[in-house]
Amino acid sequence: MIYIFDGSLPGLLTAVFEWFERKPGKVVLKSIEMFQPEAFAESFTVITDAAKADRVWTGLQKKLTKASLRKFYCSYLSEIPEAYNHLFQFSVYIFKHAAGADSNYGNEHVMALAKYAKSVEREKHRMEAFIRFQKTGDGLFYASIDPDFNVLPIISSHFKNRYADQQWVIYDLKRKYGLHYNLETVSEITIGFAEGINKQKPAPGLMDENEALYATLWKDYFKSANIVARKNTKLHVQHVPKRYWKYLTEKIDV
Amino acid sequence: MSDRIREKLNILADAAKYDVSCSSSGGTRKNDNKGLGNSHVSGICHTYTEDGRCVSLLKILLTNHCIYDCLFCVSRKSNDIKRAAFTVDEVVDLTMNFYRRNYIEGLFLSSGIFKNADFTMERLLLVVKKLRLEQNYNGYIHLKTIPGASDELIKEAGLYADRMSINLEMPTEAGLKLLAPEKNHADVIKPLDFVQKQITQFSADKKLIKHIPKFVPAGQSTQMVIGATPESDKDIMYTANAFYRNFSLKRVYYSGYVPISNDSRMPVLGTQPPLLRENRLYQTDWLMRFYGFKVQEILNDANPNLDVDIDPKLSWAIRNMQHFPVDINQADYRMILRIPGIGVMSAQKIVQARKFGKLRIDQLKKIGIAYNKAKHFIICADSPYQLKDYQGTQIKAFILAESKSKYLKTDNNQMLLF
Repeated sequence: MIYIFDGSLPGLLTAVFEWFERKPGKVVLKSIEMFQPEAFAESFTVITDAAKADRVWTGLQKKLTKASLRKFYCSYLSEIPEAYNHLFQFSVYIFKHAAGADSNYGNEHVMALAKYAKSVEREKHRMEAFIRFQKTGDGLFYASIDPDFNVLPIISSHFKNRYADQQWVIYDLKRKYGLHYNLETVSEITIGFAEGINKQKPAPGLMDENEALYATLWKDYFKSANIVARKNTKLHVQHVPKRYWKYLTEKIDV
Repeated sequence: MSDRIREKLNILADAAKYDVSCSSSGGTRKNDNKGLGNSHVSGICHTYTEDGRCVSLLKILLTNHCIYDCLFCVSRKSNDIKRAAFTVDEVVDLTMNFYRRNYIEGLFLSSGIFKNADFTMERLLLVVKKLRLEQNYNGYIHLKTIPGASDELIKEAGLYADRMSINLEMPTEAGLKLLAPEKNHADVIKPLDFVQKQITQFSADKKLIKHIPKFVPAGQSTQMVIGATPESDKDIMYTANAFYRNFSLKRVYYSGYVPISNDSRMPVLGTQPPLLRENRLYQTDWLMRFYGFKVQEILNDANPNLDVDIDPKLSWAIRNMQHFPVDINQADYRMILRIPGIGVMSAQKIVQARKFGKLRIDQLKKIGIAYNKAKHFIICADSPYQLKDYQGTQIKAFILAESKSKYLKTDNNQMLLF
């Protein structure tokens, strides 16, 4: 039996609700995007229902530690097709067992969530490290990203707390939405970029007059801090994988 | 204007880079005045230089003018290099602008000694006060304590800095005397001790009175240069251990000496820095701090130096085969931590998971232990029955045969006779 859901978190939670209502035996959960009809498997389309989703979420909150609930949410943000099924199986497992089952790392779904969460948390941490703001002419600090996972929801508070006295925008080019902080609150935005505009590095005319100077000073610093006698390219690339270089002011040649 | 500041930054960042401390962890400062910045509990490495070292802080000297002539130091008086000095405003401006762009986690400010200790310390204090009081800056500040500076200045600096540090430089007094006759360990111990006592005092007061200002919330650290003088690994780690114990240090850093001088008392220019040795010392440091090992178990008169070909935990295990194999499903957490191939996270997962049933090999692999290493030291639910009781040396040979050290440029597969 295949359960198909719309890819949203409420959809996933509704699927758990439906399973307990119907008890159809062994089920695999797939998102509609990934679903391809199979000749010999029945399928059931889950209709997302906020009330049912809420009940499942409240149930999970009761049964899981805060850390496990965070792992659950992070795994969902990974957007990995197999993760959806693990989340589904994990929920069923949790509801069938007494509280505390979320620390059974011998269970494949508990372990799978721990791994997905680790990857997502790592990506979150990398974004906190590798985002580079550029100051625009009107004093806004702008950064564009295209992270492996959908981490904007979990990096928001870090940047809000840290950069409380400057307006900033972090824009996910891959998922086509961003966050804007207006000195009071953070809100989700979408930007309609004009044709041909460089989304990563706006034209120098739009930037603060000192932006280029500080970027240069930072590159200088990056070079000066290196100890040539200790060169270790392998370690360097291990810490800063090449796919992130495009964000990094110090790794972009002018 | 911009050319001059670029030149200063190049000189003063270059001179500061031999201080290896980069950590920005352990701070507790919050951005509750709606200013700029806060502490991140685990710290953030914002980039890595091409030598693979983390860049977390803007690490600079206020000046590289210095009245001392320490042989191991690139800023020594007799060295013919370009000298420069930042103004207070320049340091503040660089810090604020780098921080706003998310380049850095904070400032690491050190200095050569110009005129005298108090004059230098006063200047450092001016920078941190300006950042904290005028700019509402709550980001991380690591400040060097200048040996010989007055207690009042050190105490005031501690109110604004997150971490303070002062370097031992050489692991033993004899080593230090050889290369820096004007210095001694006592000059380092006095301020370390003073700051430690203040930290204790402030945290005792905090229990009674709520609104006590923070005092060096991220604690103190120190650094030793490795390989410039002939100390053994035992000398180094025993010194480190004593400093961890006596001054509750957060970190001791081991900096492999990079030759910068042709003096006959030191390794000649062009000698490779002792990177592998540095790595083994850090591994030992971690075993002491996170794995419950006593330094005497790892290094002692019979074993004054760490093995080069295997890590210190494995080395300890094969010298102490009487403790193994360890039953994964029964043993105490502390014993599981001691198994080669199992780290802190895996050990915690094992202890939690085994409550739900006896663990098997496939589960251990999924939990993430280095099974090929650990298998020689453990029993679990489906361990294969072993007829032969292997010696530690044989196990070492097995493990070496199937692993390749990243430090060995060429394989040295020597034939084993036994």
